[in-house]
Amino acid sequence: MPETAERTTLDYGYGGSERLVMNMGPQHPSAHGVFRMILTLEGETIVGVDPVIGYLHRCHEKLGESLTYVQYPSIASKTDYVSAMTAELCYVRAAEQLGQIEVPRRARYLRVGVAELQRVASHLLWLGTWCMDMGGALGGGATMFLYCFREREMILDLFEALTGARLLYGFHQVGGTRYDLPAGWTVRCAETLAHIQRRLLEYEALLEGNAIFLARTRGVGVISPALAQEVGVSGPLLRGSGIAHDIRRVEPYSGYDELGFEVPVESAGDCLARYRVRMQEFRQSARIVRQVLDGLPDGPISSRPGVKSVAQVKLPKGETYARIEGPRGEVGIYLVSDGATKPYRMKWRGASFSNLAVAGHILPGHKVADAVAILGSIDPVFGEVDR
Amino acid sequence: MTAVGWILGTIGPPFLLLNGVLILVTYLTLLERKFAARLQSRVGPYEVGRPHGWLQPVADGLKLLLKEDIVPTAADRAVYNLAPIVFLVPAFLMYAAIPFAPRLALADLDLGLLFVLAVSSLEVVGLFMCGWGSNNKYALLSAMRAVNQIISYEVPFILVALVPVVLTGSLRLQTIVDAQAGLWFVAWPVLGQVAFAAFVVTALASENRIPFDIVEAESELVAGFRVEYSGMKFGLIQLAEFVHLFGVACLGTLLFLGGWRGPGPAFLGPVWFVGKAVVLFTGIIWVRWSFIRIRVDQILALSWKVLLPAAVVLLLATAAFVVARGGGG
Repeated sequence: MPETAERTTLDYGYGGSERLVMNMGPQHPSAHGVFRMILTLEGETIVGVDPVIGYLHRCHEKLGESLTYVQYPSIASKTDYVSAMTAELCYVRAAEQLGQIEVPRRARYLRVGVAELQRVASHLLWLGTWCMDMGGALGGGATMFLYCFREREMILDLFEALTGARLLYGFHQVGGTRYDLPAGWTVRCAETLAHIQRRLLEYEALLEGNAIFLARTRGVGVISPALAQEVGVSGPLLRGSGIAHDIRRVEPYSGYDELGFEVPVESAGDCLARYRVRMQEFRQSARIVRQVLDGLPDGPISSRPGVKSVAQVKLPKGETYARIEGPRGEVGIYLVSDGATKPYRMKWRGASFSNLAVAGHILPGHKVADAVAILGSIDPVFGEVDR
Repeated sequence: MTAVGWILGTIGPPFLLLNGVLILVTYLTLLERKFAARLQSRVGPYEVGRPHGWLQPVADGLKLLLKEDIVPTAADRAVYNLAPIVFLVPAFLMYAAIPFAPRLALADLDLGLLFVLAVSSLEVVGLFMCGWGSNNKYALLSAMRAVNQIISYEVPFILVALVPVVLTGSLRLQTIVDAQAGLWFVAWPVLGQVAFAAFVVTALASENRIPFDIVEAESELVAGFRVEYSGMKFGLIQLAEFVHLFGVACLGTLLFLGGWRGPGPAFLGPVWFVGKAVVLFTGIIWVRWSFIRIRVDQILALSWKVLLPAAVVLLLATAAFVVARGGGG
């Protein structure tokens, strides 16, 4: 393993005046929000990258200290707004771990179900936007994007029926969940999953049967296993580099140990490998949701009463770190409590933030067009990077 | 009276042609939008001119006319302002030599094909002027890509376009179409299909259409060479691209699809011609909305390593065929 992870720069020997410094972002069609890359180019080849983040900083950690354990979960969903269910889940899990609060079995199952549905929705969004990065908003990429959104819409409809909201849900609360399934939801959910799985085959035929797609992704943006561990990437990036690390497997939470699923791994480490990992994760998530729907136990959905006052949860003094496997990798919260109704200190570990750190290492040597393809394959959500 | 007659005789036909092409191309944008919408399970333009948004192109044009015209302070004003015109004029000039039916062409040139190809490849000048005059890094990169790509692809494009010439022994477009009286060139076994496929691929590339649209590349270079253009200048560039693309579709129709030939009386010739060109154009749209973009180095490698040798071999094979058959047509 390399001793230090210095920023990689390449020298093709052209020297000073031949270089072009180009600013990509924060206002750029492929900035995935508000990311800014200052690229140093020699011709079309990237020789240096200066990533600039922070354009979407909203003081989330300070917010966490000034809001109570009842209030913050619905704000937590605004960190990773593409995967609000898992972001909330991470926060309430940290609080439950600290307060040693029991979660009823039905609530645990519901949590897993929505988290996996959210993973499908999030990966659909990733697939669509990534194809748009490579194929353009006025071309085949846009077609793929709209197909993915059509399917994601179905999951958002399910969430809307469940929580009344479509993007930021406020589904979880300390001790369980706030909502139970409405009538007919399980049937609709099973139908949606079956539909999406049929569509996945179409997507794979459309993309993997296309020589251009393969040429744009194979061997592009290779993250070696050593680099992946060094930088601390997680989720599909890590598994695309051949390391079978999934928190649902190595540190099961919310009853993942009772459910059968596989952890897909690819060894190539390039964009295509990351794509394949995510395509398999669609299917594994669907499999988990089906098991949840089939084996949903009866019982209460929360060990604590519904929300009556914002200060009704008080946690003992102490500190804890809780982590879950979000769609983008390890999402963690470090929580310090001084015995009050609000945390004394809270720290987010955003999956996108750590994953994005790898960009500066793998971009040099690639073309400008690859920069957007690689950035897309990292799947950063800037709400989570900047917080 | 004679002066009026002279004016009508000289200005009339080009005026009709220009406006005919303009209206046709304007409505091709609507066709593209509706087609793409259908492909993506959307509705597309609908509200402006119900039903099916038949007034949408007019609304688009009006909107662009009313928009503020912005010239960047650092731009090279002369080049920047001239570029859209330099880009548009060659696109329209192509139609001067294109016959829509027997004897229905502004100019029946003996070197018609040569003229069309020459004028067609002039677009790179306007394109580079756009990119250079804007004084924008995205535009500059795009202009560099454009010069790279268009020059790389004009060569195989012209070689492939020469296949029908070798078969007929004439550069006159009318003669080429007449030679397809029995069988369209695209229907000739193997040779015809390969040449037609190569023509479409090289045409896509020299027209900067997806999957070869690295010049525009809005996900990398925002909008490439036209990133700084706004209002009607942007409209002119956009129009020029469509006019040019439809011109190439017309050329493909003349060279491979039998031009104005089709069943029915002779006066239907122009209808057949435009119909075939629109079908070809729709095929190009279909490709555009289905494929993703290739990378600049891959595009150049494809041109120099695959298409150029293949085009040369194709041309030699055609020549050998003609010799074996016993002289050109």
